[in-house]
Amino acid sequence: MLRFFASRLLQSLLALIIIITATFFMLRFVPGGPFTSEKAVTPEILRNLEAHYGLDQPLWKQYFDYLGSLAQGDFGPSFKYPNRTVNEILADKLPVSLELGFLSLLVALLIGLPLGILAAVRRNTWVDYVASSFGMVGISIPTFVVGPLLVLALAIHLGWFNASGWYSPIDRVLPCLVLGIAYAAPISRLTRGGMLEVLSQDFIRTARAKGASELRVVLRHSLKGGLLPVVSFLGPAIAGILTGSFVIETIFQIPGIGREFVNSAFNRDYTLVLGTVILYAVLIMALNLAADVVQAWMNPKVRLEA
Amino acid sequence: MSASVSSTVSSPAAAPEEGNSLWRDAWLRLRKNRLAVFGGAALAFVALACFVGPFLSPYGYEEQNLDLGASAPSAAHWLGTDTLGRDLLVRLLYGGRVSLGVGLAATFVALTIGVVYGAVAGYSGGKRDAFMMRAVDIMYSLPFTIFVILLMVFFGRNIILLFVAIGAVEWLTMARIVRGQVMSVKRMEFIEAARSLGFGRRRIIFRHILPNILGPIIVYTTLTIPGVMLLEAFLSFLGLGVQPPMSSWGVLIKDGAEKMEEFPWLLIFPGTVFSLTLFSLNFLGDGLRDALDVRASKD
Amino acid sequence: MTRRFLFLALATALLVGGCKPRDTATPTAGSTGAGAGSRVLHLGNGTEPQDLDPQIVTGVPENKIVNALFEGLVAYGPNGQGTIPAAAASWSISEDGLIYTFNLQPNGRWSNGEPVTAADFVGSYRRILNPKLASEYANKLYPVVGAREFHEGKLQDFSKTGFKALDARTLQITLKRPTSFLIESLKHYAWFPVHLPTVEKFGGLERKGSAWTKPGNLIGNGPYILTEWAMQQRVIVDQSPTYWDRAALRTDRIVFYPTENIETEERMFRTGQLHKTNELPLDKTDVYRREQPESLRIDPLLGIYFFRINLTRPPLNDKRIRRALALAINREVIVEKVTRQNQKPAYNACPPMESFTSPVRLTGDLAEARRLLAEAGYPDGKGLRPIELLYNTSQNHKKIAEALQQMWRQNLGVDISLVNQEWKVYLDSQDTLSYDLSRAGWIADYVDPNTFFDLWRTGDGNNDTGFSNAEYDRLLEEALGTSDQAARRAIYARMDAILMDELPIIPLYFYTRTYAANPRLQAPPNLVETPNYKFIYLRD
Repeated sequence: MLRFFASRLLQSLLALIIIITATFFMLRFVPGGPFTSEKAVTPEILRNLEAHYGLDQPLWKQYFDYLGSLAQGDFGPSFKYPNRTVNEILADKLPVSLELGFLSLLVALLIGLPLGILAAVRRNTWVDYVASSFGMVGISIPTFVVGPLLVLALAIHLGWFNASGWYSPIDRVLPCLVLGIAYAAPISRLTRGGMLEVLSQDFIRTARAKGASELRVVLRHSLKGGLLPVVSFLGPAIAGILTGSFVIETIFQIPGIGREFVNSAFNRDYTLVLGTVILYAVLIMALNLAADVVQAWMNPKVRLEA
Repeated sequence: MSASVSSTVSSPAAAPEEGNSLWRDAWLRLRKNRLAVFGGAALAFVALACFVGPFLSPYGYEEQNLDLGASAPSAAHWLGTDTLGRDLLVRLLYGGRVSLGVGLAATFVALTIGVVYGAVAGYSGGKRDAFMMRAVDIMYSLPFTIFVILLMVFFGRNIILLFVAIGAVEWLTMARIVRGQVMSVKRMEFIEAARSLGFGRRRIIFRHILPNILGPIIVYTTLTIPGVMLLEAFLSFLGLGVQPPMSSWGVLIKDGAEKMEEFPWLLIFPGTVFSLTLFSLNFLGDGLRDALDVRASKD
Repeated sequence: MTRRFLFLALATALLVGGCKPRDTATPTAGSTGAGAGSRVLHLGNGTEPQDLDPQIVTGVPENKIVNALFEGLVAYGPNGQGTIPAAAASWSISEDGLIYTFNLQPNGRWSNGEPVTAADFVGSYRRILNPKLASEYANKLYPVVGAREFHEGKLQDFSKTGFKALDARTLQITLKRPTSFLIESLKHYAWFPVHLPTVEKFGGLERKGSAWTKPGNLIGNGPYILTEWAMQQRVIVDQSPTYWDRAALRTDRIVFYPTENIETEERMFRTGQLHKTNELPLDKTDVYRREQPESLRIDPLLGIYFFRINLTRPPLNDKRIRRALALAINREVIVEKVTRQNQKPAYNACPPMESFTSPVRLTGDLAEARRLLAEAGYPDGKGLRPIELLYNTSQNHKKIAEALQQMWRQNLGVDISLVNQEWKVYLDSQDTLSYDLSRAGWIADYVDPNTFFDLWRTGDGNNDTGFSNAEYDRLLEEALGTSDQAARRAIYARMDAILMDELPIIPLYFYTRTYAANPRLQAPPNLVETPNYKFIYLRD
């Protein structure tokens, strides 16, 4: 077991270095830089700017300088927001996205799992149709439609909420609901699919034949196997949900990190792009690891291989 | 218990003939599933409308009527017009060509890569699996926007890039799901049995394992399609994908969402067609899953 | 156990969702519109400010906050135009127009109580011109003797520049040549003073973006002080107790909201979270016109929407084709049917302003356009390759481009293909001349025609068309040295005529600023969006 984790850690570190390297150099080949603006600066000022940030150094030197400061936990200054470091921005905004993500995940699981299980157990009955329809509606109506719709109905017409913001607890309700539903939909579909797969297997028939109660069949015998695809899906999905949602954070003016994933690339804020990429990479690798472990636990036939 | 399973799925000697009848049985079962038939028919109707409809329309998708502007549905324009006075119906039909084409083709790309990759990784295990999965982690993490812009810098804007860009992200989760399923199935008795009979890896994966994990694959495929169609709208933001005045469902919905209060029809119709298409796809997918369910077939 | 916990969490969430927040410090639905005599303003402010250091920032959102925290020598008057004293109580200009002498406010104080001195201004100018600070707007100070040389490192001794503190309250600025727009340009934040001891304390004068602009650290000389800056949430400023003209302020507190998504911003306005939006979605404009005209404001804005033409690439290197394209646009239709925010059709390169209204007008009809195209060898567009029209991705640009595409096809038979690019790729394409036609806009930094004509100087960083005309460049220099206003206007008219003859650009319309505002909000329109908060308040 220890060997498994040690080996996995080593692999992930290697992958992380590849990710950083690839991102670092990809950024430099993209047209436009952090100081490209509609009102062009004079060549002298551009030279000064590049000197100020060390961008006049040879690329390989910049790369090793960056790795060096990274090793000391320093993500560097932001180009777009000169009076903030990337560390500050991440520290400032990640908690917001974590909160948004965690609450949304809760909503997603609380809606998605029961619906999926119900649909599978009561397959091809009205329960299934209602649950499946919910899932499909949730999948086919994007968040940038659901969000504004809810705001119009609940904030503007009924006056229950603010249209946007992240100040008081009540401001959490709408965004978490919208993001949660968006994830509940695929979770419910995958749960249903996975459960159906298991419920038709022989050992379930055997259990049923032996007179086990339906609830027991579901909870005891099929849940573990049935949730396998959901767990595979949740690895990357949780990484995505915890690092915020660009659409939700934009629509609701939430000061989370999700917007920075998209905007930093548009701003060519090299250091901030790298910061968000590293953050996401670490999360995705940790969560994919977690998914592997959970899968092994859920199904003894799956072994953790180093 | 698994002896019967393996004999049905993949009794080695009888595999070819049984394979044929398997598909025929599946087709028969699918035809009996009313929802699936409805889904298939609706899908065929939408596709047909998108490819034939524009020829019957008196309007072109780019034909503007600035004096008319955005107008609600009427006898002249059944679904109304957009803010430049263009007929929404014909734009929706043309957009459907793009969205259905891109959605199905890119999903197929993602499906193929994801399934093969995930199955090989999951079945092989060990070092190869670790290597392949870290590669997936890396692909997940690279900044997508930058990646797409770079693609366009090096290769110009063309339609193949669109599939590359979409394929590059959409196969990843599929690969992880398939890998997880394969790992859970590969130690089952009937697979061990197949292995002990000396079958090659490819045969075991594609003949014996995949048929047993079709359910999650089909479900995730139907989940991928809307994602792909909306991703196309994001890519057209970056300048890849459909060029105006041509449109796609994703772009129409995005545009419509911004005007949902003033001109609700610009959101309602594209949104409805989009949803109905996905509903049909899901019904068809569920039906397919049931029809191909090797275990249920014994009943 | 876990399940119970989840259930409890959900129940709590629902309960919380059911009641109104009690935190009155935060804006809640309906709270801002409430109560006469409420002296707090809630303003939508576009994007998140990059920084609040006036010598570092470059954008309009920053400009609006910086003007609350700092004060230049002069400012805009009560109607958003003209010039009134600010940090300078009075000033005089020498006969030859070269020496400006400013007498600072006798009560002018920084927010920590220290007096604002002429040395503060000189020191600030030295900082912004320090090449190591890499300020992007340092060139705004170039009209001053030695400023450019110092900034380019050719002059080391700052005392040899034209910035002099004659005594604690007297600042003298000596120009290279009479620059008649100097007073106008002083309203730009590049000329604002910073509190050097504070800047020094938080990382030194040469460091960009140190912590000195954070709440608690920032010392300014403006009417407001920085109370809170929550990134991507809000910036709060409160009246400065040391401001020399505090009695003139009619607002106690201003809250600026970064509102990147204009649909969200408009919804915030409707729930009462904002007194004023920064923009208004195009399609909402008609709704406001119809349903709540009292909340709709359309202010003039000194800017032009136009298309750059790449003069180095055939076939548009042929003047006749450029002219044909320029004439075949029905600008009235674009403005009335497509953009719909009271923009003025543009037939020349410089929007009208108090000091200069160009007599030049692009004239000619469709018949002429067709004739020119035929003369160039492409009758009815036959044989002409498709011309690419580049624009940065945006709903509005797309809509305009689609309308133009159709006009050019119908009127000339010219085939236009639309190409959209992400913002920085688009800027790069313009810069490297890899386009045929490119959508562009230019908003003035200060109210003077120079800001529009300077663009088309040979080799200017913003030219991006390949346009180079010796006569034009000569006239541009001549105008800078001309202090007689009538003569200057005549020169600019000649330059405008050259542009409308050579057509390196196709003008489309002159901008407006359209936004929603509380009917009680008093906010005089300003042509370059530089506010003077003395004149912005809620009427009782």
